[in-house]
Amino acid sequence: MSRPNRPATRRGIELLFVFAATLIVACAETFVEITRANKVSDHVVTYPLVVLAIGLACHLAIRRSARYADPLLLPCALLLVGLGLVMIHRLDLGLAQQAAENGTTYTGVAAASQVVWAFLGLAVFLVVLLVIRDHRMLSRYAYTLALIGLFLLMLPAVLPAQYSEVNGARIWIRIAGFSIQPGEIAKVLLTIFAASYLVDKRDVLSLAGRRLLGVDLPRGRDLGPVLVAWLISIGVLVRNHDLGTSLMFFGLFVVLLYVATERVSWVIIGVLLFAGGCVLSYELFGTVKQRVTVWLHVFDYLQDEGYQMSQSLFGLGTGGLFGAGLGGGRPELVPVAKSDFILSSFGEEIGLFGLVAILGIYLVMLSRGFATALAVRDSFGKLLVTGLSFSFGLQLFVVAGGISRLLPETGLTTPFLSYGGSSLVANFGLLALLLRVSDAARRPPTTPPSAVTTDSGPVPIQAGGGS
Amino acid sequence: MTSPLAIQLMRFAFLALLWLFLYSMVRVIRMELRTAGAPRVPVPAKPKSKKGRAAAETRPGRGGLSQLIVTEGSLAGTRVALTGKPILIGRANDSTLVLTDDYASTRHARISENNGVWYLEDLGSTNGTYVGQTKVTGPLPLEAGVVIRIGKTAMELR
Repeated sequence: MSRPNRPATRRGIELLFVFAATLIVACAETFVEITRANKVSDHVVTYPLVVLAIGLACHLAIRRSARYADPLLLPCALLLVGLGLVMIHRLDLGLAQQAAENGTTYTGVAAASQVVWAFLGLAVFLVVLLVIRDHRMLSRYAYTLALIGLFLLMLPAVLPAQYSEVNGARIWIRIAGFSIQPGEIAKVLLTIFAASYLVDKRDVLSLAGRRLLGVDLPRGRDLGPVLVAWLISIGVLVRNHDLGTSLMFFGLFVVLLYVATERVSWVIIGVLLFAGGCVLSYELFGTVKQRVTVWLHVFDYLQDEGYQMSQSLFGLGTGGLFGAGLGGGRPELVPVAKSDFILSSFGEEIGLFGLVAILGIYLVMLSRGFATALAVRDSFGKLLVTGLSFSFGLQLFVVAGGISRLLPETGLTTPFLSYGGSSLVANFGLLALLLRVSDAARRPPTTPPSAVTTDSGPVPIQAGGGS
Repeated sequence: MTSPLAIQLMRFAFLALLWLFLYSMVRVIRMELRTAGAPRVPVPAKPKSKKGRAAAETRPGRGGLSQLIVTEGSLAGTRVALTGKPILIGRANDSTLVLTDDYASTRHARISENNGVWYLEDLGSTNGTYVGQTKVTGPLPLEAGVVIRIGKTAMELR
């Protein structure tokens, strides 16, 4: 700020937005409690304080080790975590009331454990941000990280069902009362691996083989990585019955291949393979077939398989444009609303306008991620941030499509917003990585004061006569 | 105790608050876009009067040269200030001037200063560095306005 040409760190703006997010969370919690019980409890103070504490700790860590990082990413994530916390607490209240009406007792304390998970997420954020001083060092451990990721991904499939199965999907590791969904953590680790692998191999991958219908087809032997990604995602689907995760992994690999090589043929091959995978799994697996049938004819299954989906649609319909007001609806009628269907709870209580604002906050995070990918100078950073942002966006699209019946329901979590420890922790790690790379992208060059930074746009193809 | 009216007010106030948050974020993004057009590195300000230019050209120890300007190619308009430190040109990410030109090598050429004179050296590139029509073989002293060509990119010192 002292010299006109020196890029500002914008840390002040970040702090301001952290306070703003805290204020909004405080308002939301107050609103819920006044509407439901006409009085306020301690939560009106404690939840905003949780958000503020996490925000300030992250902010100080960023000031200390990533001064030039993007100022908007952290406040967006904080607001989403805070709003999620308020909604999870609100669903707790609703479920407790529902149980009281039925003469049973509800013992769930989802909001309390979400607070614990949020602090664990903070710990992961601090570790990632303070240990990884330069994101390029990650590419040195690419294969190790990939092995850990694959191990985590495969673990639920080999564990006995009592340790891994929840509602028919074997995607959990349940130890001593804790349940972890390793797919989320594996996603971040495998993105790091894919980015580093593609930086090494993109010269080979962008070589064209034959031309067919105006499309440059890659050589047969270069198809390896995309086929491996396809097999892994199909394998996950077969063993774990987890549509969402396999879709996310495959989309991630295809997009990274496309960004690294700038060849449309990879996208076409990816879409064809994906379509093949869809048809294959529809024919082979009962669960997939059943989900698609329920998706297409949801109101024929109103009382059984389609109950969750149709309640979600009724909720969104009740909410209308402006919503029933926080605490004014019945979002607890949707089973497991707090994890998979939290967006529809928001749709019911703050309406289309509120839901679009929440999607807008996600959009800000995505756009800052892609802006970072454009601005950072090293190819590994570019691919890493593109992959992380894209998987974030794809996940959101699949979830939002799922609750609004644009797509079959897949069982992915909404990043930062929904209840779920592993998702929250993994996304805090992802946020720390994004901030680390954005710091590198926005940092003014230090060594030679004469250095210029050139936005080279998408990752340049290193084709032709370089030495 | 809380009237329905108060609930309605809160309902819309909360929505307004959310959108205000989003709007201020977009304001910040717009502000950053506007400043992003400016060079990220301090470049000596262009002297406005002839007198100013004369003063700039007679700066001691720099041979009267203040910057390297790319005149042709995809980076046209890029300026690099001459500060006495060598300027590396190539496709490597750590180059001072990162070229995306297909004919440029990873470490293509270097421009460095010795006793107030700037020299151009080719660093063993595949496709060569040209000054005018001649290929650069050894260190070549540069003067203002001499056009250096690397692939499709042309640049000169001023």
